[in-house]
Amino acid sequence: MDWVRVWEKPKSLTDKMLHYCPGCTHGIIHKIVAEVMDELEIREKTIGVAPVGCAVLAYNYFNCDMQQAAHGRAPAVATGIKRVHPDKVVFTYQGDGDLASIGAAEIVHAAARGEKITTIFVNNSIYGMTGGQMSPTSLVGQVTTTSPFGRDENHAGSPIKISEMLATIQGAAFVERVSVHNVPHIMKAKKAIKKAFKLQLEGKGFGIVEVLSTCPTNWGITPVEGLKWLEENMIPYFPLGNLRDPEKEAK
Amino acid sequence: MAKKLMKGNEALGEAAIQAGCRYFFGYPITPQNEIPSYLSRKLPEVGGVYLQAESEVAAINMVYGAAGAGARVLTSSSSPGISLKTEGISYIAGAQLPCVIVNIVRGGPGLGGIQPAQSDYFQATKGGGHGDYRLVVLTPSTVQELVDLTMEAFEIADQYRTPVMILGDGIMGQMMEPVEFNPPKKRELPEKTWATTGCEGREPNVTNSLHMAAEDLENHNLNLLAKYKEIAQNETKYESYETGDADIVLVAYGTTARICKTAIAELRKEGLKVGLIRPITVWPYPDKAFEEVMDTAKEFVCIEMSTGQMVEDVRLAVNGRKPVHFYGRTGGVIPSPQEVADKIREIAGGVK
Repeated sequence: MDWVRVWEKPKSLTDKMLHYCPGCTHGIIHKIVAEVMDELEIREKTIGVAPVGCAVLAYNYFNCDMQQAAHGRAPAVATGIKRVHPDKVVFTYQGDGDLASIGAAEIVHAAARGEKITTIFVNNSIYGMTGGQMSPTSLVGQVTTTSPFGRDENHAGSPIKISEMLATIQGAAFVERVSVHNVPHIMKAKKAIKKAFKLQLEGKGFGIVEVLSTCPTNWGITPVEGLKWLEENMIPYFPLGNLRDPEKEAK
Repeated sequence: MAKKLMKGNEALGEAAIQAGCRYFFGYPITPQNEIPSYLSRKLPEVGGVYLQAESEVAAINMVYGAAGAGARVLTSSSSPGISLKTEGISYIAGAQLPCVIVNIVRGGPGLGGIQPAQSDYFQATKGGGHGDYRLVVLTPSTVQELVDLTMEAFEIADQYRTPVMILGDGIMGQMMEPVEFNPPKKRELPEKTWATTGCEGREPNVTNSLHMAAEDLENHNLNLLAKYKEIAQNETKYESYETGDADIVLVAYGTTARICKTAIAELRKEGLKVGLIRPITVWPYPDKAFEEVMDTAKEFVCIEMSTGQMVEDVRLAVNGRKPVHFYGRTGGVIPSPQEVADKIREIAGGVK
């Protein structure tokens, strides 16, 4: 009997070894984005924008044209690319320090313009690359290197719910929050990402998928505990689900 | 082609379109608002895109994206706006992307004022943003030259994969003069094989300014340096005006150079031998213009609308061989030809 290939690495990923820490879910998120690019057969017409932060080297991993952007500016860079190549697929891949903090204006206005790009927003409630500082999405009470006594909302404010905020913007066509802490949720996350890319191909407007992710290194726990921490602490504050979908709204 | 009476800012916008620029990203700021206004009307007519960004920071990063995607792209601003753009300019220089950036300078620091100034010279020529990079900085002194240099700027940017700045001032942007639009000499421009256009039929392209290993970054910086040397070799521009017999050589650029020319005409009538070096590129700086007059000139006088910024480059070019004087007005005050002439008479009193 001939061998039947049941799985292979997505063509939209290179063979480079990922630099991410053990237990970090960036690798899973990269893989499902790449699988979606394969399935939609858009690798050769896609231009990605890498952020500053843990995913800064994304341009080494995605096997498509990539631009590396300044901290938080990926949506502006993506806007420039998309306006030059409206027939191409443009996505940004950004963390919470990049998107929710320094780049908050850029993402809000890309959404407001209904910029026909797709944003993969990886939220792990902490600054990873710079060594575990408080991020705009760090939870109340969360201990980080810059909130050593736990985030105090009277001092540092409360964590920003980016998806809920962007869902109020008319130009945001698709907004969904997903998680990758177990296989069923990974499947759901992939479905949402695929839909966001499809809507871009249909010219429907701005799409963002917020993916709850882990940072065992900077959370100071094991990878398995990290998945549990995400489920028990992040999901209650950042509820999963779709917030904007043009199909839903048409009904 | 018949000459057309146009405001500097609008003429610049038209020059960009005629140079093949189809993308403009910017944010309003006085005194350069006629550039975005003109382009918002005209770019759609030629199939281009005008987009008003949410900030200067976003605008320059849109420029980065569009330039990386292979387009001819322009942004314009004025002093405080350029400060915000310096982050993006450093990245554009680091990623070696071609674009044209216009600074119609107003007085500073801080919010400053809205009157013309030349006080962004340091920022334009000494970096502005972080890291080992240079901008090619072109300084027109007439609306016609504004047009010609804008067109040329796109060619220089594409030839060397580098950002080019047009350094004007509020007068340059606001005054009207007759202009004609003549395309610059065609250069043999390299194909943009590095652009991110979708990787169909080739390996993926990446635009990037990150070099994690120190040795890699050093090599990158040395490559940039070699490029800047080549630019200095090929692209340095200046005008020497009545310097042949000049005892006193004025040094001024842009609007101030025109004021100096009026003062020179007055002084020459009195028998004073005065000339002018007018740098057209302030980076690369035209040191050669100084060598040409070094044996004959007795004094150099730098005239600026600042408290003394370019005078440092004049001193470097003169290198202690002759006295260098300075006269400047700042904060948006424009020096009159009489003031300049008086300063020269004062200096001439000491020339024997």
